[in-house]
Amino acid sequence: MEQKAITFTIDGVEIKGSPGQTIMQAADEAGVYIPRLCYLKDLTPHGSCRICTVMVNGRSQAACTQPITEGMVVENNTDALDEHRRNIVDMLFVEGNHYCMFCEKSGNCELQAMAYRLGICAPKYPYLFPQSNVDASHPDILIDRNRCILCGRCVIASRDVDGKNVFEFVGRGPEKRIAVNAEAKLSDTDIDVTDKAAQVCPVGAIIKKRVGFAVPIGERLYDKEPIGSDIESKKNK
Amino acid sequence: MEKPKLATTSLAGCFGCHMSFLDIDERILKLVELVQFDKSPIDDIKEFTGQCLVGLVEGGCANEENVHVLQKFRKNCDILISVGDCAINGGIPAMRNDLSIKECFEEAYLNGPSVYNPSGVLPDDKELPLLLDKVYPCHEVVKIDYHLPGCPPSADTLWEALVALLTNKPLELPYELIKYD
Amino acid sequence: MNETLQATVKKICEENGNDRTKMINIVKSVQKKIGCVNNESIDSIAKQVNAPRVDVEGVVSFYAFLSKESKGKIVIRLCNDVVDKIKGVDKVAEAFCDELGIKMGDTTSDDTFTLEYTPCIGMCDQAPAALINDTVVTDLSPDKIKKLISDLKEQNDPSKISFPKGDGNNAHELVNSMVNNNILKKGEVIFSDFESGASLKKALSMKPEEVIGVIKTSSLRGRGGAGFPTGLKWEFTRAAKGDRKIVMCNADEGEPGTFKDRVILTERYDLLFEGMAIAGYAIGSDAGIIYLRGEYLYLKNFLESMIGKAKENGFLGKKILGLEGFDFDIRIQMGAGAYICGEESALISSCEGLRGDPKTRPPFPAQKGYKNCPTTVNNVETFCCVSKILDIGAEKFVQIGTKGSTGTKVLSISGDCKKPGIYEFPFGVTLEELLGDAGAEDVQAVLVGGPSGQFIASDGFKRKICFTDLATGGSIVIFNKQRNMLEIADEYMAFFEEESCGYCTPCRVGNVLLKKCLERIIDGKGEPKDLDYLNELGESIKLTSRCGLGQTSPNPVLTTIKNFRSQYESIIKEKKDGMQPGFDIKKAINEAENLTGRKSVIF
Repeated sequence: MEQKAITFTIDGVEIKGSPGQTIMQAADEAGVYIPRLCYLKDLTPHGSCRICTVMVNGRSQAACTQPITEGMVVENNTDALDEHRRNIVDMLFVEGNHYCMFCEKSGNCELQAMAYRLGICAPKYPYLFPQSNVDASHPDILIDRNRCILCGRCVIASRDVDGKNVFEFVGRGPEKRIAVNAEAKLSDTDIDVTDKAAQVCPVGAIIKKRVGFAVPIGERLYDKEPIGSDIESKKNK
Repeated sequence: MEKPKLATTSLAGCFGCHMSFLDIDERILKLVELVQFDKSPIDDIKEFTGQCLVGLVEGGCANEENVHVLQKFRKNCDILISVGDCAINGGIPAMRNDLSIKECFEEAYLNGPSVYNPSGVLPDDKELPLLLDKVYPCHEVVKIDYHLPGCPPSADTLWEALVALLTNKPLELPYELIKYD
Repeated sequence: MNETLQATVKKICEENGNDRTKMINIVKSVQKKIGCVNNESIDSIAKQVNAPRVDVEGVVSFYAFLSKESKGKIVIRLCNDVVDKIKGVDKVAEAFCDELGIKMGDTTSDDTFTLEYTPCIGMCDQAPAALINDTVVTDLSPDKIKKLISDLKEQNDPSKISFPKGDGNNAHELVNSMVNNNILKKGEVIFSDFESGASLKKALSMKPEEVIGVIKTSSLRGRGGAGFPTGLKWEFTRAAKGDRKIVMCNADEGEPGTFKDRVILTERYDLLFEGMAIAGYAIGSDAGIIYLRGEYLYLKNFLESMIGKAKENGFLGKKILGLEGFDFDIRIQMGAGAYICGEESALISSCEGLRGDPKTRPPFPAQKGYKNCPTTVNNVETFCCVSKILDIGAEKFVQIGTKGSTGTKVLSISGDCKKPGIYEFPFGVTLEELLGDAGAEDVQAVLVGGPSGQFIASDGFKRKICFTDLATGGSIVIFNKQRNMLEIADEYMAFFEEESCGYCTPCRVGNVLLKKCLERIIDGKGEPKDLDYLNELGESIKLTSRCGLGQTSPNPVLTTIKNFRSQYESIIKEKKDGMQPGFDIKKAINEAENLTGRKSVIF
């Protein structure tokens, strides 16, 4: 049975989606990029970064979790929303210790790319310089909690895709951090370098060892084109 | 009309940003038509000779002397620019920010794997500036007008920014020129 | 591995059916039995209930009443809410520290006492107050501490120390508490006469849809603060697909300055149970859960006994009032110290044995709630209103209060006033009226709805308590003209910083940043542009946060800037020298000066 398409607008442009889709899914298919960090296609949306906040009929909602409805009016690409997004990106930068200059993920990092896209030269908030730690115990995978943005991708991927529960959050509020399913070390868990959980980190918090800096500067994912260009290019076709 | 003045300095940085500045290559000839260098390692003028239009600051503040120099730059420059990641977020020197100074000293001068210091003496000449409790980004010490990120910012970034400011144009960097590495 | 510990943990897990969804009960029991939930216990629990150990650790690290590190046999949790500070808790804390010879947050060397702070425990009308293990002590003053500690040392069990009993059911042998109700104004709904069973009988004589119709006609809106129409919520829950439906009572009142549910639970539990049973009948549910905040553990045995009595009377249990096919039972789920669990979806997470994170919505609890069953979550007072509505009829109920805000509101009034306590007013009461009744003089500000509400200055004292003007879950805190509004806002920001669950970025990070800037302003290092910074940051947090906590947490800052701007302006000044006033060179070189033993030659 064919289900009836749902029609709605984003920034005044009519979009068609299928029932059950979120705003993010329908927008992606239509070639409209909604900035996001924690969302990753094919993983259950976490809805935690809040970068994808859009206005839906005048109320703020996360595009990654909000289902589309007939006739809904979505605002996405507005100065006001971009300012809120800049503020959230700034928060993530000052909350962690992000040293792009020696991070293997630089150039392919979604947080960094989002800051580039939003034209951020420096965060407006004071740096918090938290005490954090690195877990290099595993032979193939490294965790650097200085760079973690608590997006939950590794938690969800390990649980839903790998069926392993290697990661979970511990602590609350500003003390919240990512932990592993062992008393302390990643090497004591059953994670494997081929697991989905080892591939999905948007930043350099979970990275594979010995493969950093493989792509020269200038040829990395976000060196020339802003993040989201792949989605936006669909529209131009 | 007298040319506006430009001053530059490197605080807790590696001089990489200055090296990148020199990478503007022959454009430096155009630059000196627009501007006159004042206090800067490039011309080795040690003290300000007068009020400058633009000051470029590389590096964050790791010690009291950095703060002193930065404050002087703020007083003597109409437009002050943080150049590079160390000026903007402390950079590599700020990796010590979750340690106490005592721990830093012990690692650097006593316990580090490559340290040879049989007498166990910590350097403490009165000429040595006192370290700050942590490395501060420049804009947390003085007000900064513009930030040019990068490690280092590319020569093109520095060139575009300076030309815009010196020719009274808005400073709008294209996507390729805002980079943090 | 310690075998006795393993056996203890195993027994506790077995008592809970090795059920992962009973995780809060399991870890609370372990904490109580061995004084902590350490790594070894976490491993044992994980093995026993077949859960990943990191999930157990995630839960233990979420709730304030649980800890991985061992604590003293007697844990003194001194309430450091703003009202307690007004009432002199700092001096009480000093007295505790002196008497025990430890600092706040420490444990005595013999592992007997741990002394720490805790946010609002719902005793603002009898502050300063503390929780000593599960026992509440109120009206503390420095001169009482010596005797209290010596009694505790002698008895070795806080529940055994003698003190004058409180009023009403607080003196009941199963409550046995010094807590007082302080009911100072009885209204027409909650604290009026009520015949047990009468409402339920009326409800059961109608069809469930008709009961929902009555509630809709009454225009009853949720009393917890958000004010969602109760009838509509029930209608959604009834209509939702699901084999089993759940009635959940939110008794996790954690908003600083709120204590009205404590008193309703103590005195009007009959109204509550009946309201829940009526909800069960209306939505088609046989299971009710009361989520009781950890701080109110002292009421648990009493409430369970009263549930038992209600069953004996045929108001709960099987075949209620003889009606074949209508079963409804209530159980109590304890919380473990987390303000966020007052948010309905976080409350459900907690009931399911998870970290108290709010859930992604949609689906809403009415569609998929507790264990994916359609669930209606209502406040204690809301259920009580339901009973009264069935009793007196919706037509009579709508005549109380105002047009859009029918019925009464039970307010918890505390702070700078002569008569702190519980007041039940019809909706539409002005702040002026309630300030008069509470004996408040020289009033500078009224905090309506707790820190997630707003600070009102004297030009707003004619405003009304109702859903269209000043909505509140019941917290009213009064501040006189001697109080520094900035410092008060700062205290409340510390609360939100601590109580944010940390799930979403704006609430987790933004509140820390708001507080940092506010601290700098209080420190005399603020500039005019900081007010714009606070407003813009606050707006971002409100607009983008994932749940009600972050959507309201900037309010202490935003509403004081709005209504008490002159207090900010009097201490901020524009710095024209280009220096950052927040940077303190003397402080920055202090450590190096001490370490090197020489003074700066520059500064």
